[in-house]
Amino acid sequence: MASTPTSGKAKLETVTSPSNIASPEQMLQYFKDMLLIRRFEEKAGQLYGMGLIGGFCHLYIGQEAVVIGMQSALLVQDTVITAYRDHGHMLACGMSANGVMAELTGRKGGYSRGKGGSMHMFSREKGFYGGHGIVGATGPLGAGLAFAHKYKGDNGICTAYYGDGAANQGQIYEAYNMASLWKLPVIFVIENNKYGMGTSQTRHAAGVLYKRGEGYDIPGEKVDGMDVLTVRAAALKAVEYVRGGNGPYILEFDTYRYRGHSMSDPGKYRSKEEVEHMKENRDPIDLIRKAILDTEKFSEDDFKKIEKDVKAVVNESAEFAQQSPEPDPSELWTDILVEG
Amino acid sequence: MPVQILMPALSPTMTEGKLAKWVKKEGDKVKAGDVIAEIETDKATMEVEAVDEGVIGKILVAEGTDNVAVNTPIAVLLEDGESVGDIAAAPAAASAPKAAHEDAPFVNPSCLPSATPAQPAAAAPAAEKEWTGPTVTVTVREALRDAMAEEMRADENVFVMGEEVAEYQGAYKVTQGLLQEFGDKRVIDTPITEYGFAGIAVGAAFAGLRPVTEFMTWNFAMQAIDHIINSAAKTLYMAGGQLGCPIVFRGPNGVASRVGAQHSQCFASWYAHCPGLKVIAPWSAADAKGLLKAAIRDPNPVVFLENELMYGQSFDIPADPDFILPIGKAKIERAGTDVTITAFSRMVGVALQAADKLAEQGISAEVINLRTLRPLDTATIVESVKKTNRLISVEEGWPYAGMGSEMAAVMMEQCFDHLDAPVVRVHGADVPMPYAANLEKLALPWEQDIIAAAKKVTYAA
Repeated sequence: MASTPTSGKAKLETVTSPSNIASPEQMLQYFKDMLLIRRFEEKAGQLYGMGLIGGFCHLYIGQEAVVIGMQSALLVQDTVITAYRDHGHMLACGMSANGVMAELTGRKGGYSRGKGGSMHMFSREKGFYGGHGIVGATGPLGAGLAFAHKYKGDNGICTAYYGDGAANQGQIYEAYNMASLWKLPVIFVIENNKYGMGTSQTRHAAGVLYKRGEGYDIPGEKVDGMDVLTVRAAALKAVEYVRGGNGPYILEFDTYRYRGHSMSDPGKYRSKEEVEHMKENRDPIDLIRKAILDTEKFSEDDFKKIEKDVKAVVNESAEFAQQSPEPDPSELWTDILVEG
Repeated sequence: MPVQILMPALSPTMTEGKLAKWVKKEGDKVKAGDVIAEIETDKATMEVEAVDEGVIGKILVAEGTDNVAVNTPIAVLLEDGESVGDIAAAPAAASAPKAAHEDAPFVNPSCLPSATPAQPAAAAPAAEKEWTGPTVTVTVREALRDAMAEEMRADENVFVMGEEVAEYQGAYKVTQGLLQEFGDKRVIDTPITEYGFAGIAVGAAFAGLRPVTEFMTWNFAMQAIDHIINSAAKTLYMAGGQLGCPIVFRGPNGVASRVGAQHSQCFASWYAHCPGLKVIAPWSAADAKGLLKAAIRDPNPVVFLENELMYGQSFDIPADPDFILPIGKAKIERAGTDVTITAFSRMVGVALQAADKLAEQGISAEVINLRTLRPLDTATIVESVKKTNRLISVEEGWPYAGMGSEMAAVMMEQCFDHLDAPVVRVHGADVPMPYAANLEKLALPWEQDIIAAAKKVTYAA
């Protein structure tokens, strides 16, 4: 455990990406995984515009490197839980684009057969436990999944995601306290995209978010969440620490969402220049693309092929999500209780 | 093939908008994510981004146009190798098919039941076995402890967590001895953080464990009600049946003695209101043991409302190690012919005392111990009222939207033609619980209140 913190002192320095953190083939895979989320979300935005998706729809565009980098460090028995900006996490867990998109359109072919919607999908098979709409709930729920890993002794860990806005909820700190006391195998992943809905972090959060673990003896660090390789490096370190039975860890990722909080957000709380700056200079897909080209193992042609494959998957999901019928009216009354 | 770009809906309520500005011109190249236009919606000015890569071939709606309906084609995008001449071939395929519900008239299910699929009839509760063997005398406290211990012996996934459940042996000694038998892996003291440990317990239940979560009292569970309702009760439905939550939340509910407003409240109707939960309120030691065992085995979230004043009371219960009771089945504790009295938890005992006094006055009361509040055993209540033609509902809690209100509704819906008198609710006073001994007494329902109600509905007063 040489590379892990040895005490409860939070580490202050930012992790930098070692050059050997991933092979060119792995990097190409991350590119593909991130592109799938990007194109899927763009398509979801389009279907929303066509009135096919209703209610709330929180897009993950811009934040793709966080979940893909984290997932790259996990094992099959590990579990994932997040809040409502969740489509990217589902795809990253290996859930089918068809099933997710059909849930967005409220159709029978969706993961929850149309009864959950954008914010509520689950796949026990893929280790994905939602999809939760209450800000902060994933702290204790994720600690609970970690409790189960420890109780069963399955050597699994849980990654519990929440945003900078949720980081102010009291239940997060109740979860920190118990997770640390009981040495639960959980990584609290703060996706700090700078805005809790429309309120900037400077106006909603005192201090530095990951440092809030210090009082609970939980180590943590702030990491560039726009570079998937940096995310992966931090994830590997945190996973080793947590799986080693040392208790929880906090990873705060500096990230950015390009779109509004939800679809009806006009974005008046931040400047166009700020958004453009991030898109131009810090885009996670552009960054990995450059890194891959630097390896000279792959070329633009490889990207083009991937673009085409991803587009086909996304278009098929959109087609499926429109062709799948609405749930049968009798579904109104099913799944309220487990029978028997 | 050229692709039509449609006027998007940019909020859940938008049906049309103003095409305020074109950011791209005909002939401009765009890629996915580029802003192509600005639109004024009913709420704000929003940007429209391109979803596909290509060249803006033709702008169909000029900037400044008002009242452009959602899904109107506003431009045509040319892909690689296409020219303006191909535009005639632009498919209508990109236009939005309507969701089926959009054409259906809005119907209010409660007004027009025929338009909504009928709620399936609730499955009848499992038949209650006759327990005719030997009995033992135990307190309610011991019965609850024995139920947990037996289920923990039977299933490795059952564990107990809560404040003071382990080393202190239970704030009310309900978990006495469990730590010694099962160790600190399965009997877990929590900090005084109800919201957090309820959430942890629910997360553990998602993963297949079977937590028994003790709240020192249900008053403090108000801090955790979000996880009980939003996380435990709703997830199965939101997950289309994929992910259940087998968990028991238990602890003392209702009025204790002289502990004031924040420690004396009945939460029965709060939880009974919510689909996705089962709600149990035992009275006797047999109820406590048989129903807690059933609750722990149940694959659903169960709210188990005990009563502090009952913990020390003794009852005879079946000695059979397999003793268990079905959830959803009320019990006729005393048969009668003139008036039906429903009660739950501590009020069952008060109702039985009242029935004794009424018998001396020639009024035969049938006392039903509800035992489960959700799902409610309406069949047993309705059958009884068909015989007595009168109903009195007794509860410790507040009347407004309380369990008694539900009883009155059941009577209106299912027993209207059988009633010889209006339903009477006997209940706690509609005030926060006072501390002063005399005032507290005035705030609670007593035997004489039930007697008075019975006389009123039997016109014997």
